[in-house]
Amino acid sequence: MDLTPVTIDVGSLVSKTVTSLHSHLVTRPTGRAVRMAIETQLASAGAQSLSLIDLSEVTILDFSCADEVVAKLLQRCLESDTHEAFFMFRGVRESHRDQIQVVLERQALIAVAETETGDRELLGVVDAYEAKVWQLLENRGSLVLEDFERVFSEPGLGDALDRLVKHRVVFRSSTSGRYHALSQLVQELL
Amino acid sequence: MNVFSVPATLDYQTLDEVLDAAGQVGVERMLFDARHVRWVDPSGMVALLVAGAVVKKQGGSPRLQLPDNSDVLGYLTRMGFFREAAGTFELLGQVPKRASRLSDVLLEITAIRANADVHAVIDDVQSRAGKVLVSRLGYPATSVVQFSVILSEVCQNIVEHAEGPGWVAAQAYNWTKRLRRYVVVITVMDVGRGFRHSLNDEHAARYGDRWGDTTALEAAFLHGLTRFPDSGRGQGIQQIRRQVQRWDGSITIRSGTARISQVPDWDSAVPVVDDLKWFPGAQISIILPAVK
Repeated sequence: MDLTPVTIDVGSLVSKTVTSLHSHLVTRPTGRAVRMAIETQLASAGAQSLSLIDLSEVTILDFSCADEVVAKLLQRCLESDTHEAFFMFRGVRESHRDQIQVVLERQALIAVAETETGDRELLGVVDAYEAKVWQLLENRGSLVLEDFERVFSEPGLGDALDRLVKHRVVFRSSTSGRYHALSQLVQELL
Repeated sequence: MNVFSVPATLDYQTLDEVLDAAGQVGVERMLFDARHVRWVDPSGMVALLVAGAVVKKQGGSPRLQLPDNSDVLGYLTRMGFFREAAGTFELLGQVPKRASRLSDVLLEITAIRANADVHAVIDDVQSRAGKVLVSRLGYPATSVVQFSVILSEVCQNIVEHAEGPGWVAAQAYNWTKRLRRYVVVITVMDVGRGFRHSLNDEHAARYGDRWGDTTALEAAFLHGLTRFPDSGRGQGIQQIRRQVQRWDGSITIRSGTARISQVPDWDSAVPVVDDLKWFPGAQISIILPAVK
């Protein structure tokens, strides 16, 4: 596995990136500046990267910033032909959740979010079955296809896994074919 | 010289008269006579500023005859009215010295011209908003975040869409007679180009003959359309509406000759009004009532 680990503290990035020191992630130019700073950090990563985007120091997150720092960041990285970026969002507070959910839904995206208490969940456009498949992997850390098949006998399993991989909320090793939960990779790599 | 007699009660219910006066095209000299004002709220104050700014934008010279009532003058001072009015009106009368801030002032009248102003508003409102929302409205402590998000989005509307200066203010009141509970009123107004002109290039053709101030407001308010082709845009007003509804509040936008509202059960406002006098720019009012 050749994933470049990247840790990004958005709270500190807001202060560094925006001309004056802002403690809140509000207004679209601020969000755009933070997203571009994250993209700049990713530009020096290898062909594949895993980034931990830490929102724990962000108190106010408005919809414009959530759109830039979460939805547009994911969307642009999904569209890239040269770089395969994976993201996990840490420190997602209840007060951030609604904004993130709305912007992900608008662009039909999915993201892995870890709350302040350490619980992990999928936000965005995900159905109940996909969430169950993802949760199994999240609980176990890494699995091969047969492990999933022992729990899920439905014909839709393959499609669900493909969609989770396509949206990069699950990592599938191209060499072993093994599926990895992003949280496990974060623990191992970061 | 045209003289506009400012209503004795200058609040959210009478501000239409002020905005109607502001829309008169071709007025070179306009005197806003506020001598007889006995009661004013931030909605009325911001409307007065906008009315003066519109006259000035059209090349006119707005003058403001200050109220006789010392309580009204004191309140205008504490809300920061004269700081903003000095750049718009020729003030006729003695402006009182700056007094201490009122305990229930959530946000003094603040000019919004750039994104930095939005940041300043959000920074400024944090401590007071938490206190007022919890103690006066009975909202949870975390509501300050949603309140800040609402403020941020409505203020950004001025910077991103109006392309003109604007003002914001917020205040808590005890609406004893009308609602028998406290409310927080957020007022945002600008002298920009209004919703129809903002959306015109991108959406007018699709609406054909139906395009106008009302359809433009419906497009933005109900369907989240913006002048930007970016599909991530336009969520602000939609999400504000949703949050205001969760809090059983009301939100109203007036622009051009139309007004659109999301009306809760306790309000008797009409959802759509389309025969108002022309007003350039936009006026957004949000009323958040205390939990019953």
